[in-house]
Amino acid sequence: MSKESIKNNIRTLRFFNNEMTQQQLADKVGVTRQTIVAIEKGNYSPSLELAFKIAIAFNKPLEEVFSYHQEKSG
Amino acid sequence: MSFQEKRSIVSLFSNLLISILYLIYILKYHSTTNPLNNNDLAFWGGLILLLVPVKVFGKVVIHIIFLIINKIVTNEDEPNFSDELDKLIELKSLKIAFIIFMSGFVLSMAAIVVGYTASTMFVLLISSLILSEVAGDLSQIYFYRKGF
Repeated sequence: MSKESIKNNIRTLRFFNNEMTQQQLADKVGVTRQTIVAIEKGNYSPSLELAFKIAIAFNKPLEEVFSYHQEKSG
Repeated sequence: MSFQEKRSIVSLFSNLLISILYLIYILKYHSTTNPLNNNDLAFWGGLILLLVPVKVFGKVVIHIIFLIINKIVTNEDEPNFSDELDKLIELKSLKIAFIIFMSGFVLSMAAIVVGYTASTMFVLLISSLILSEVAGDLSQIYFYRKGF
């Protein structure tokens, strides 16, 4: 069995972008703040389109914002 | 708590409140016999037909009251669009509600087949209708809280 997860650095990137608020990021990428909260907590994996929009908002390549992890267990 | 979570909780309570009050009113004042022994199909058909507009009207009124109170208390506006997460959660909760309603529908048909009365079938149908809406709202609250 393997457990898959997508991790993100959105909290850190917001901090280094003049402490951008979740609402500001949400407005930039066209979603609600609730969605940014869910992504940041790792509760929701965004669509590819939204992931790219978030990366563009931070002016970073996608892999610096999101990373894919596969943990083997059992 | 986010606006979406609050909206789902309000929807849950308005669903329960309107359904319970409506059923109490109809069964108490418009049913001449014990509802479980009432096999008048026109009565049950009318009950379900009227339930839909009553629910729509009641939910709209309660939603407007919620928006006003929420605006006064938190100064928060309703999001004027639904994004991909909202649409996914809506789809998932709709699927859960549909499965529950269809299970109730099949159960009510089975009740008729094994010899129960028409009133039993309608009680099962109305119960599954209300249960499916409650399950839909509960699942929305769960998905907004826990994610998926």
